Amino acid sequence: MQKALRDKKAICIFILPALIWFVVIAVLPVFQSFGYTFVKWNGITKAEFTGISNYIEVFQKSIFWKAALNSLLVALASVFIQLPISMLLALILNYGVRGETVYRTILFIPVVISSTIIAQLWMKIYHPNYGILNTLLKAAGLESWQQQWLSNYKIALVAVLIPMIWQYIGYHMLLFYSAAKSISSEITDAARIDGANRWQISFKIIIPLIAPMIETSVIFAVIGSLKSFDVVYMLTGGGPLDATQMPTLLMYTEAFSASKYGTASVMAIFVVVECLIFTLLIQKAFKRYRRE
Amino acid sequence: MIKKFVRTVFLIVCSLISVFPLYWMFTFSLKENKEIFGGNVIGLPHIWKMENYRAVIENTAVVKNFVNSMIVAVLTVIFTLLLSSMAAYALNRLVWKLSRFVYVLFLVGIMLPMHAVLLPLYRNLHSILNGYMALVIPYVAFQMPLTILILSGALQSFPLELEESAFIDGANIYKIFFRIIMPLMRPYLATTAILAWLASWNEFMLAVTFVTDSAHKTLTAGILELIGKYTTRWGEVGAGLTISVLPTLVIYISLSKSIQKSLVAGAIKG
Repeated sequence: MQKALRDKKAICIFILPALIWFVVIAVLPVFQSFGYTFVKWNGITKAEFTGISNYIEVFQKSIFWKAALNSLLVALASVFIQLPISMLLALILNYGVRGETVYRTILFIPVVISSTIIAQLWMKIYHPNYGILNTLLKAAGLESWQQQWLSNYKIALVAVLIPMIWQYIGYHMLLFYSAAKSISSEITDAARIDGANRWQISFKIIIPLIAPMIETSVIFAVIGSLKSFDVVYMLTGGGPLDATQMPTLLMYTEAFSASKYGTASVMAIFVVVECLIFTLLIQKAFKRYRRE
Repeated sequence: MIKKFVRTVFLIVCSLISVFPLYWMFTFSLKENKEIFGGNVIGLPHIWKMENYRAVIENTAVVKNFVNSMIVAVLTVIFTLLLSSMAAYALNRLVWKLSRFVYVLFLVGIMLPMHAVLLPLYRNLHSILNGYMALVIPYVAFQMPLTILILSGALQSFPLELEESAFIDGANIYKIFFRIIMPLMRPYLATTAILAWLASWNEFMLAVTFVTDSAHKTLTAGILELIGKYTTRWGEVGAGLTISVLPTLVIYISLSKSIQKSLVAGAIKG
């Protein structure tokens, strides 16, 4: 058996198809992308080496920093609005309510729906004339609250944030919920016998114990926000007046509308590095909660 | 008592907000503009108007797009599962020098965003753009890391004895893999198949960039086209959206437990 497990030919047959596929399609292009950042190229004419001038060009654009800031605001909203709602739902469900499974199944639905559908539906919800939001406000006699939700410079970012948050509340809820469920009931029972109430159990016992899952959630929420593309692309395309601009959107227009491969790649690499740095920072911040 | 009431209200409100857009989509897909824009905005339609569906099916490519999405998703699932299960076996059972390194390489891949390779891939796959494989190839590459991770976890939990006794009975390594390992992994393969199917069905960026010809367009691009065509006719748009979301909903409702479990498993392992 040991000899069979070391059979070179078998090893190649089992690993090489996946490995080659993965390296050629996912790994090497990252380096290619990095290479593009040092050339001036429109994809047709010959690429011209220009050193770090693409970086300088991108980092001098105020619109790029605005986009980066917007994506950070999305990340903040995810962590401080989305995750608390998810946590609250998870804690309530974890404590046991009638219809637990039904609630969980319903709350999770938006997670499996494609961004295309979600964006189109929210576009209709926000529609200035016939959208459900303005219709309801009118019905409630709050006509002065009606808005051009997606084309008002001041509120567009909030308007695109809401569907993005809405989409993944169920996902984080389920992560927290399943982590909480895995805590042995002996611990919570012991606390209950000692007279702890539900809130104390939730905040003093469950939340600290599921800190590793919270860390995972925070990482997912932040990274997902930094590279958010689909919903914003469809709802506003980055407008009005770049109020909802995102680095990935800029990258996309830079690449496919302006055909500036060099600067587009700088933005792509920026997002990758940004995600990496934030992951490390979050891991560092959570270090003291990690159980050995 | 009051606390319980508040909790229940919170749960119900959140649940309603979660499903409302879908419910609304379904109702306006069956209404005329007069109802959608006028008196009956959120209620069930007065007359269930199937014409919207007929119009969309007859006058747009939505059925073709649907079939294309299915083809891409099925191919993605098949390639992802086959390649990943073989790789997981090589990484967890077979003995070779670089296996640890390759495993870590795949792990790192889980965090890699597609944006990072969009442009190089667009160039490298230039000759096959506007074909199914232009989507299947990157989808498989980006789905493999998570799949390998989940299947590796499964493999590590299987006892080695089964394989050993089969080997003593004269089975070779390929037979062991296909006759013993694959059947054992079936529940995990189902889990990862669902994940791969969802990822492929819902992917946006590559779907609208790599395939722009009408023969191969998937639903994602097809829906955008449909919306452009029926800007002011919500009934038809609703019908198109409903058709495109139907398989997801059917799969989700019939397998909601294992879908939830698999998405959580993916997160914990990742």
